[in-house]
Amino acid sequence: MKNLKLDIDSYCKLLLRVDKANTSKFSLRKRPTSEKLVDVGFKNIVVAMASMVAVVLFSIFAVVYYESTESISRYGLRFLFNSAWNPVTDEYGAFTAIYGTLITSIASLLIAIPLGVGTAIFITENIIPEYIRNVIGIMVELLAAIPSVVLGLWAVFIMEPFIRPFLNIIYELFGFIPFFSTQPLGAGMMPAILILVVMILPIITSISKDSLKQVPSKLRQAAYGIGASRWTTIFKVIIPAAISGITGGVLLALGRAMGETMAVTMIIGNSNNFSWSIFAPSYTISSMLANQFGEADGSQVSSLMYAALILMILTLLVNVFAQWIVKKLSLKYQ
Amino acid sequence: MNYTSQKSLTYNPSLARNIGNRTLTIISALFAFISVLPLILVISYVLIKGGSYINIETLILEPEPPGDDLLSAGGIGPAITGTFIMAVIASIISIPVGVGGGIYLTEYSKSGKFAKFIRFGSNVLAGVPSIISGVFIYAIIVSTKILFGSMFSGIAGGISLSILMLPTIIKTTDEALKLVPDDMRRAALGVGASKFTMITNITLPAAFSSICTGVLLALARAAGETAPLIFTALFSRYYITSFDDLFYEMGSLSVLIYNFALEPYEAQNQLAWAASFILVVVLLSLNILSRWIGSHGAFSKNKL
Amino acid sequence: MIKKNIKSTPSVSLDNVSITYGNSVAVKNVFCNIEKNQVTSFIGPSGCGKSTVIRAINRMNDLIEGCKLSGSVIFEGIDIYAEDIDPVEVRRKIGMVFQQPNPFPKSIYENIAFGARVNGYKGNMDQLVEESLTKAAVWDECKDKLNESGYSLSGGQQQRLCIARTIAIEPDVILMDEPCSALDPLSTLKIEETIHELKKNFTIIIVTHNMQQANRVSDYTAFFNTEKKDKDLSGKIGFLVEFDKTKKMFTSPNQKSTQDYISGKFG
Ligand SMILES: Nc1ncnc2c1ncn2[C@@H]1O[C@H](COP(=O)(O)OP(=O)(O)OP(=O)(O)O)[C@@H](O)[C@H]1O
Ligand SMILES: [Mg+2]
Repeated sequence: MKNLKLDIDSYCKLLLRVDKANTSKFSLRKRPTSEKLVDVGFKNIVVAMASMVAVVLFSIFAVVYYESTESISRYGLRFLFNSAWNPVTDEYGAFTAIYGTLITSIASLLIAIPLGVGTAIFITENIIPEYIRNVIGIMVELLAAIPSVVLGLWAVFIMEPFIRPFLNIIYELFGFIPFFSTQPLGAGMMPAILILVVMILPIITSISKDSLKQVPSKLRQAAYGIGASRWTTIFKVIIPAAISGITGGVLLALGRAMGETMAVTMIIGNSNNFSWSIFAPSYTISSMLANQFGEADGSQVSSLMYAALILMILTLLVNVFAQWIVKKLSLKYQ
Repeated sequence: MNYTSQKSLTYNPSLARNIGNRTLTIISALFAFISVLPLILVISYVLIKGGSYINIETLILEPEPPGDDLLSAGGIGPAITGTFIMAVIASIISIPVGVGGGIYLTEYSKSGKFAKFIRFGSNVLAGVPSIISGVFIYAIIVSTKILFGSMFSGIAGGISLSILMLPTIIKTTDEALKLVPDDMRRAALGVGASKFTMITNITLPAAFSSICTGVLLALARAAGETAPLIFTALFSRYYITSFDDLFYEMGSLSVLIYNFALEPYEAQNQLAWAASFILVVVLLSLNILSRWIGSHGAFSKNKL
Repeated sequence: MIKKNIKSTPSVSLDNVSITYGNSVAVKNVFCNIEKNQVTSFIGPSGCGKSTVIRAINRMNDLIEGCKLSGSVIFEGIDIYAEDIDPVEVRRKIGMVFQQPNPFPKSIYENIAFGARVNGYKGNMDQLVEESLTKAAVWDECKDKLNESGYSLSGGQQQRLCIARTIAIEPDVILMDEPCSALDPLSTLKIEETIHELKKNFTIIIVTHNMQQANRVSDYTAFFNTEKKDKDLSGKIGFLVEFDKTKKMFTSPNQKSTQDYISGKFG
């Protein structure tokens, strides 16, 4: 605080000195119009810049909607439930891609939530020395810095060949369940799910860690003080107090998983043949866009735009819901 | 006695509570281990495998067209410059707009309706999938040939990256400025500084390091993006030689990795690994740099 | 629940206890026997290590990273810092009330019931809640809003809720770290009455900055003070100056510094 005061003082002196240096004594006492103009102009510029967010966001929606009108009027909501995607007969439906998007993102979430929250708990509890925990925390966050395309490369050449035998075992044991009913032969939904786990893990971990750290220490003391054990305290006191942040992080991760493109495109196999099985090649909306948009023309473009619109609406809903729930739940404990 | 209490205080390892606690602690440790595993694996593969293909030729040559009769696949030089150029274009657009927007949010409209809407909007924009930004730029710039008749271009690529950087920069500027204590503003206004002087001389410098952190993070994210580039900048095997080349297809490390990873030829795959090496080393350094700046700033989160 | 009042055996005894945070010593060489079913108060100037010592008695210091203890704390004949001791078990026998009221963000009822359940309570929960709230002198204020959040109470009521929560788990010893520091005089009086009541069943240790309070509620008083570290001028080390019956401490203490502190000459 003391430093701050000093800072302020020196800043003021600086300001005064600037005034003195430039002019004979206080000729700026009456503000010149130029200064007022700068002030007003600057304000208008920054308002315009802030508005850019709204402009860009609105134009993205408008453009994507406009480009997809042809498909929307042709197929309506039927588009969502039709799995045909046939440029030859000019018949399009996004069911396979929507199914792929939902399955990959939800499955990856189901794996990443326990891993991420578990890790966050581990690095906020004093189980091991603090510096090791900090290192773990930073490492998980650095994972977010690895570009998606590099993770895709790694998934294609290293991860997928490595896990294939294990997936084959699952296929042999549980092949009668529709979700595991095709033989894993390489690219497919399962490797895509795993690489998505890698991509959303840092989001869940770091947001959960921040929320857990913000739980007041007096709550932890209260629980320990009446003889609660470590994990009773965590489950009954700490997590409930941090739940708004954790849920927000999970939803952000879901939005990210649904929109994630490159790594998924490289490993999901890009096939429009619908299959329930997570071992089969498939599509997500974003991988379909990445794969086909460049070479598409005619009504295929419009159908791809329609799919893009669906993806945008899905991620928008998830993100808005995330913001809402963080507000809603965090009010509860004030 | 309503409590069945143990007679002694001794730790009883077979007590259900203690078994449960030990188990959960071990599970959480295991989860933490699993969570750091991907980073270790990915980094070591990229550094070892990618690093082994790095030499002067890979760094400066232009990539050869794919084919299996080649001794060498060339290099990744144009991709490195392309990524750099598009990152610069994206920064030129998004940094002023983002910082300006952030200034508006904190300094001019702390909690007005419009500011709330903009904050909400930048959260939403941050959540828009990156491929959508590519599709959007394709629709308004590439397919309309609005940029002097050129279609796929480095400029279009840069613009589409700037859309990804914008929300991050706005948000971090907003938050960084909020951390500057109001005392400093009052002090400046109190000696008769105009609001413009106050912002440019007092609050922005005070928040400078936090803003830098945000800008670097946004830049690191954008430089690694592929999806917004595949239908905007496309790809090119050649170095740019003149200003005009900005209006033509431009290669980038990320698109090179994507294209060459899927080639059936070993030589191209090797270039993809080499490009990954460069990209990962640069991005991790940017990230660590931004963390370092963030923890050394005057009003960084970690200090207040 | 009947406990015999055996004067001669101490409930808790501190045997050459020194506590360090990281590299700095906070308190050193504390010897002190705390009698069963008596109220013992810890007094002394700020920073002399009262909280540090009282937290050591139920191993709350385990939560603070880098906090180390040497010497031994004996509770009913057992060294609670021995290798094979379960700190959770210790805290079930030695409950604690903190300086700042810290109810859980749950209903008033749940605040009591949670601790009881954690400790494996088998009786009638409604009855327990009523009993403990009554003992903590807060039942009248709470009885109509048991399902409301613990935070809907005033600070003083919250503190008494926290006391009720601790009473409900029926520990042998209750530690209170400045339980009245955030309270108005009336609530303070109520809590003092509560302490008087509780003495029948519990051993109580209370940290207080209020001399009158120490005089009013406690049977024994321990006076802590600080001294400068040898070389390092900034750091201070806390130590126990004197420990005796409250009456003696307040009328004819052995040490001059005790006399000075109690009469308000420093601190
Ligand atoms: N969590 C901690 N980490 C490091 N040092 C601590 C911690 N808690 C207390 N200390 C140090 O230990 C010494 C004793 O502190 P303690 O809180 O026990 O004093 P106290 O007698 O309770 O003071 P007060 O009357 O103000 O509550 C102080 O010098 C303090 O700086
Ligand atoms: Mg204290």
